[in-house]
Amino acid sequence: MVNISTRRLADVFVEAADTLVDEYDLIEFLQMVTNRTAEITGASDVGLLLADQRGQLQFVAASNENVKALEIFQIQNHEGPCLDAFQGGQPIIDTDMEAAAARWPVFAPQAATAGYRSVHALPMRLRNDVIGAMGIFGTESSRLGRGDIPIVQALADVATIGLLQERAIHRAEILSEQLQAALNSRIVIEQAKGAVAQLHHVSVDEAFLMLRHYARSSQRRLGDVAHQVLADPSSLAGLELLRPAHASTAPADDEPTR
Amino acid sequence: MVSRAQQRLAQVRALIDAEPADPADSAADGATMPLLRRLCRAAVRSLPATGVGVSVMTEAGVQEIAAASNATTQRIEELQFSLGEGPCIDAFASRRPVLLSDLRDGGGRWPAYCVAADGEGVRGVFAFPVQDGAARLGVLDVYRDRPEDLSPEGLAQALTFADVAMTVLVDGQAGAPAGRLAGGMDKVLENRAELHQAQGMVMVQMGITLTEALALMRAHAYANDVDLNDLARDIVARRVSLDPGEGA
Repeated sequence: MVNISTRRLADVFVEAADTLVDEYDLIEFLQMVTNRTAEITGASDVGLLLADQRGQLQFVAASNENVKALEIFQIQNHEGPCLDAFQGGQPIIDTDMEAAAARWPVFAPQAATAGYRSVHALPMRLRNDVIGAMGIFGTESSRLGRGDIPIVQALADVATIGLLQERAIHRAEILSEQLQAALNSRIVIEQAKGAVAQLHHVSVDEAFLMLRHYARSSQRRLGDVAHQVLADPSSLAGLELLRPAHASTAPADDEPTR
Repeated sequence: MVSRAQQRLAQVRALIDAEPADPADSAADGATMPLLRRLCRAAVRSLPATGVGVSVMTEAGVQEIAAASNATTQRIEELQFSLGEGPCIDAFASRRPVLLSDLRDGGGRWPAYCVAADGEGVRGVFAFPVQDGAARLGVLDVYRDRPEDLSPEGLAQALTFADVAMTVLVDGQAGAPAGRLAGGMDKVLENRAELHQAQGMVMVQMGITLTEALALMRAHAYANDVDLNDLARDIVARRVSLDPGEGA
């Protein structure tokens, strides 16, 4: 049994908390989590798989190339402890690779060839949301004790929290941009209505009809037409032809000053 | 273990939930605007304050939509955008709170705003950006009629109300069709339509930029002591012209 040092563990949590405070690179953070988990658990290699938006697992980070290949092997062959932990939402604890040949006929021999004797797979989970899995592969005599599992699960949880936090920030940014864009396009259209009203001596409602008619007949978006009017009010060729009938009888002596 | 910040967030959410709906709100107002107004009223009760408002702003720092705890606060909330200066505009631009416990001491920074707000009975203004990381949408303003600092707990709570306002706006937008505004915000934006129309008209008439047109309208409204929105309506209706060479 590996005795995980409390002191060392505390250092890892402090490092994780420091990383999560400011803007951080997600992949670097997950890489750090796999490296530290591997160090803490002794002679183990650690890999992380994450589900994409369609729920398909993808490789994201590993403590070395050997375990990276094994994680990808699981995805390609639709079989292995990380997939089971992800699908079931439950940890797969301390499975002996030789005894696992029946459960994972393709994966177990491959893992044994790569030098691994045991495996743990932990779901990355927040409440009911399973977003990925962490695989801990033991070489030779190293084997985690049952008492170490909650600690390793805590490390998987740190990775999960970091990830969900990043996604939440990203969502807020996207929705804020959408809101700002919608706000802005409304404003631009109102300003263009005013510009056309002044330029062609019509009311703002008539100006809107002219702009909409122009956009439709030239198969352009109203917002784009509005932007063009504001950039150069006289640049829409033929817009004046769309003036409503009554407006065309307006006196021609007060031409706009532009 | 639940942190103090989490407790405060839960407390603020409970306060907003407990705040009665305004009978004047109709289904056509959508969900977002009535919820923001409830948030403002809950903040007034809890901080305490004489008024609280939330303004949604464009990246250029122009206020577009305001929710406020009452009609007077709504008017005060619009004041700094009519004048083009004030702590709220600075809080948005700098992305950090601007705390002014006595605006009679802050007259050097925002001379026109401080006089006008004082005239509405305001002494303290505390402006908190409504933002989440790089995403920012506006400002939450707390108004008080006495020159007093916010307590540390009041400050923490005001920041929490601003965070919840961000969540309300972001969640509201999540339910909106692409390119549209959510939860009755469209309807509120109608109030601003004439300001932008007038801006476009003045731009063409005077041969100036949109920004210059807005500045000219603000100066005219200030010099003639009229409301900027009223001036905009008069320009659109062609009752007023800002062109000195043209008799309106």
